This record gives sequence, C-alpha cells and structure tokens, in this order.
Amino acid sequence: MSGRIAFDKLGVVIAAIAACGVFLAPFATFRANRIVPGDAKTIFEALPSWAAMTLLIVLAAATIIALLRLALPWRLAASMAALAALLLLIGLAANHLTPPGNTYARVSPASGFWLLNFAFVLLAADSLTRLRLGPVARIAVLAAAALAVAAILYSGSWNGLSILKEYANRADSFWAEAAKHVTLAIGSLAAAVAAGIPLGILCHRVPALRDAVLNVLNIIQTIPSIALFGILIAPLGWIAIHVPGAAAIGIRGIGTAPAFVALFLYSLLPVVANTVVGLAGVPAAANDAARGVGMTASQRLFKIEFPLAFPVILTGIRIVLVQNIGLATIAALIGGGGFGVFVFQGIGQTAMDLVLLGAVPTVALAFAAAVILDAATELSASNGARTA
Amino acid sequence: MIEIEHITKRYGDADVVSDVSFVVQPRTVTVIVGTSGSGKTTLLRMINRLVEPTSGAIKLDGRDNRAVPAYELRRHIGYAIQGHGLFPHRTVAQNIATVPGLLGWDNTRTDTRVNELLSLFQLDPATFGPRYPHELSGGQQQRVGVARALAAEPNVLLMDEPFGALDPVIRAKAQEDLLAIQKRFGTTIILVTHDMEEAIHLGDRIAVMDEGRLIQYATPAEILARPATPFVETLIGTGDRPFRFLSLNEVGEAVEPGTAEGEALPASATQRDALAELLWSGRTALPVEADGKPIGRVTVEGLIRRAARPA
Repeated sequence: MSGRIAFDKLGVVIAAIAACGVFLAPFATFRANRIVPGDAKTIFEALPSWAAMTLLIVLAAATIIALLRLALPWRLAASMAALAALLLLIGLAANHLTPPGNTYARVSPASGFWLLNFAFVLLAADSLTRLRLGPVARIAVLAAAALAVAAILYSGSWNGLSILKEYANRADSFWAEAAKHVTLAIGSLAAAVAAGIPLGILCHRVPALRDAVLNVLNIIQTIPSIALFGILIAPLGWIAIHVPGAAAIGIRGIGTAPAFVALFLYSLLPVVANTVVGLAGVPAAANDAARGVGMTASQRLFKIEFPLAFPVILTGIRIVLVQNIGLATIAALIGGGGFGVFVFQGIGQTAMDLVLLGAVPTVALAFAAAVILDAATELSASNGARTA
Repeated sequence: MIEIEHITKRYGDADVVSDVSFVVQPRTVTVIVGTSGSGKTTLLRMINRLVEPTSGAIKLDGRDNRAVPAYELRRHIGYAIQGHGLFPHRTVAQNIATVPGLLGWDNTRTDTRVNELLSLFQLDPATFGPRYPHELSGGQQQRVGVARALAAEPNVLLMDEPFGALDPVIRAKAQEDLLAIQKRFGTTIILVTHDMEEAIHLGDRIAVMDEGRLIQYATPAEILARPATPFVETLIGTGDRPFRFLSLNEVGEAVEPGTAEGEALPASATQRDALAELLWSGRTALPVEADGKPIGRVTVEGLIRRAARPA
C-alpha cells in the first residue's frame, strides 16, 4: 500500500450509522408511566458518567476496527464487544433513570440504541459470513448468542427495562401464549409436511394433476390472511355445530382451529411445490439406472428420488416455518392466541413496550428457525452433491 | 443364450422396432449398431423390460423374460448406461453394492464382491470405496458404473453407449478393460453404440439396425466383406474399410518365414498396427516375436494382400 489508509467500505457505513446512533439519536426513553409520551435521553443523561465513557470508548474502538481492514477475527471480536457493552449498559440505564421506589416510571431503549445495535450486528453478520462457517459452527454461534441473552435475562440486569416490566405483569400468560404460538407454527407445518409431501409426489407422478394442484395452492397463497380467517369462520362453525365431537376437540369458527387451518393452507404451496421441483431435479440417468438395476417403484422413491430431492424439500420447510412463525401473530385477531396477543393488546393500549413483548420473541424465533434449517439443508445436501 | 423373436415396439402409429429376430450366443459380445432413431436402444431396453414390446417375445436361456416380475428380472441382468447413472448421494462402494443389497446378500459377501470389483477396475477399495461419484473423473465414474452392473455376477450385461461420454484415450482403455472382464467372467454382453469402429473392435457379432429394422446380423469380418445394403456400407465408411478389416486379425496369422531388421512386434498386435508401423517407419518388413522368441516377419506386401476384399 502507498501509505494511504484504505478504509473498509462496510466499515464506513457502520461508522456513519454508529455516529448517528451516538450523536443524533437518543439512547433511552424515560416515561412517567407506561402510556404517556417519553423524554429522550442521550448516552450521558441515561448512564452514570463512568459507564457513558466506557461505552463511548468501546464503541469508538470497535468502529475504528470496522473501518480498518483488519483480520476477520478482530472484526468479529470488536462487534461482539460493542454489542455486549450495549446490551449490558441499557439495563444499567434503566436502573439509573428510574427514581428509587417509583414503580410507574418506564425506561425503554430509544432509536440511538437500536441504531448502534443495527450497526454492530451488521459488522458481526458480515464477519460471520466472510468467515464461511460450516453449518454446525453456525448453529453453535446461534446457541452461544441465545445463551448470552438468557444469561443477561437470568441475571436480572434488564429487569428495569419497560419490556421486562410488561413481562413481569404477564409472566404466566407469556409462556402460555409462547407455547400456543410455537404449537400453531410447528403443528401446522407438521400437518402441511404430512399432507404436502405425498401430494407433491402424486403431482410429480401425475403431470395432469400438477398444474391444477399448484394453481389452487397459488390462489390460496394470494388470499390475505385476515380474509382467509374470515372465509374459514363459516365452514368451521358449521362443522362445529353439525359434526358430532368436532366442538369437543376445539373446532370452532374462531379461535385456534381456523388459525391452524389457515396456516396449514398457506404452508401447503411451498411444501408441495418444492417436493415437485426436488423430484423433477433428480438426474434422469440415476432414475433410469435405479429401474435398470431392479428397484421396485417404492424402492426407487425411498432410496433414490426422495433422498436426492430432500435438500430442496427442506428448503420449502424452512420457508414455511419462518413464514408460519410470523403469520401466527395474526392468529390473535381471531382468538387463536400466540405472541400476537401482546402485539394487539399493546396497539390497543398504545403501549409500545407491550407490542415489543410480542414482536421481539417472534422475530428471534423466526431468525433462529431460519439459521437452524439453513444449516440442516446444507448438511443434508453436502454428501449428495449433484453431478450433471 | 438370448433369443429375440419377432419383436415389435410401436408408439402411436410409428414402429420404433419392427419385427426384429436374432439369437445371441452365450459368452459372446454382440454389438447393436445404428444411427440415432434406429431403435437400437429401445431394442436393448426390451431385453430387461425397461420397455415392454408391442408384440414378439424375448427368451433368456429358453425362458420368456415375462415369466418373472420385471424388477426381479432386472436384478439378474447387468445394466450400464452412458453417463454412468451413478446415485450421487451414495458412495462408490454403496453404489456397487446396490444389486447385492436388493438381492439380500449378507454384508461379508457384498463387501468382498465390492472390493474384488474395485480392484479389478484398478480402483483401490480403501481410497475409492468411501468417495462420492462427483469426486471421481469421468473414466473412473464409468468404471464404477460397469462394476455396479456386474456386482451380482449376472450372466448377461446390457450396455447402452457405455463409452459415449469418454475421451478417445480413456475410451480405448475402457474398451480393453471390458474385453478382459468379458473373458474373465464369460459374461454375455449386448452393447449398443452408434460407432461402427467400436462395434468392429468389440463385437463377436454385429447387429446393424436402421429405422427399426434389423438390416444385417453377422460377424465383423462378414459385415466388412459383404455389407448387406448401401446403408451398412456407409456406416463402415469405405475409406477405412481395408484398415478395419486388418484390425480384426493378429499379426501372428500373417507371419511369413524370414527375418527383418529393427524392433520386433508381438504376435498379438493387430495387423492394422503392423501395417501402420511399416508405413510410418518406411520399411517393407518387420520381425515378429511370440513369448520373446522370433517367429518370422510381416511384410507390407503380405498385409496389403490380406487387406483386399475377400472373394
């Protein structure tokens, strides 16, 4: 190099975002109670001066490392240090800003905090991508991040934050809704896989059926979710009244049943379509050879076609799971439960912290599902690498 | 013995294979040769019932091939295709073990057979057994494809353009390997190709097909000497005919008494190789040896006489 310092391009972006987060946006918001508008507080207002200085030094150091073209482990370590400082000190800000003994006051992270997090998550994600971690290593990183967040939660250092105060008031219903959310998302996925894979195989074998089935599923996919809930009220209500025992197992026009059915219907297209595409991608020569060596139709399906199509089918399952975790939020609208309950309650009460209590776990779940299933897809594809 | 009796395959109104009959002798190599669309592959696939004939019958050692379920029949007939058709998600060893697995062989017997075949095809079992097909070269993949077809010791091996995807050097080697293996196991091989040179080189008998019909079924020498139709003559290529004729016989059969200067040719070389060597080195005679001992010489004149069309 000619003595001129070459900056990392992404580092420049990260530095700009971080600068906005520190100098232009508030770090935390203080409110006298949970629904009044809040006062914005800068880093120096929100934190004791030693903590504010520490945070600024860590952020500055991490930003400089991001700007320079240092080795990837350095960049990763810098992003982790910055994120750790941010996550630990936001809890401290809550305690610092809340007057002793005041149980009505609320402190929540403000735009500056989110901007800084975004900047360093970007740095971490970029470093991890460029490190080209294998699937197992990526799951390990995810587990480590989950453990770190769990440790902070368990330590109680975030207990002063408003989102956790909302949680403290609803601890029981939070876990009940979490269970409902996961049951809805994964249960409808399981049903869609159980029905969609055989349907996909059938579509692959009977070309006349393929276009009809895929078109119907495509149309279902285009119905807005709320409209689909509405459409389902009539038939499910009818079933509840006229089919003996249906009401007893929870089938009703509103509630979990229509939410489950709607998610199931939305899940079918990706599962069926990816099964069809996966099977169509099985090399013709391998199929011909399988017949030629004397495999029966079912041996060929289970030993050759299905294993070769599996990575593609798994990609469909990943799409469905991430989509379902998000969509299950809407189920709360028709009494289906899930994290959406907090989101809609929060919107109704203009309590943004309650909205976050529903939204943050949903996003975290969807993100974790995507990482895990991506890794699983890669693992399942690695030993079956295709040959032309 | 494979008896093909009045086999016809019709798709819609078109006869892809039209009333074909011939008999394949056991322990020989029969090559079905023809242009694309001649029905040669369809004919081959009717032997192991990948295609069912519209009419006619095929008998293997006197038994109609429809006497057992198709999948059962195919497990006892080796099948190798162009582009090898290996299963990409299974290792080389697992690929070769496919048919023994379907037949329910025990592990020891299967493993022994897999290792034997890998060694036979000059692939070290410890190195290549655990590899996946995409980790092999084209020539290695082709050898594994043939090894898989031979795994359950079939009496009959069907091959559909098995060397079509190989470059000329590897192709020649693969052809030699196939002939060596055919001698060793005494397998009856039926091979489909569009390449008359390959047919003449490999075949004990050649079946020439055109537009679904069997035009000529004869030995390579017969086909070269007396092509049944102008079409067969075109396939042979008149320019190469004398050289192909020479390639059918060994130098040992053309030996004359006498001696000559220079390095000796082995008696097992083809007469075509001998003529090529003579022409290239500008000489009129070459010494010939068998088992390291001189047995006489070949001459340009003698070879040219042998290259002439037989009366």
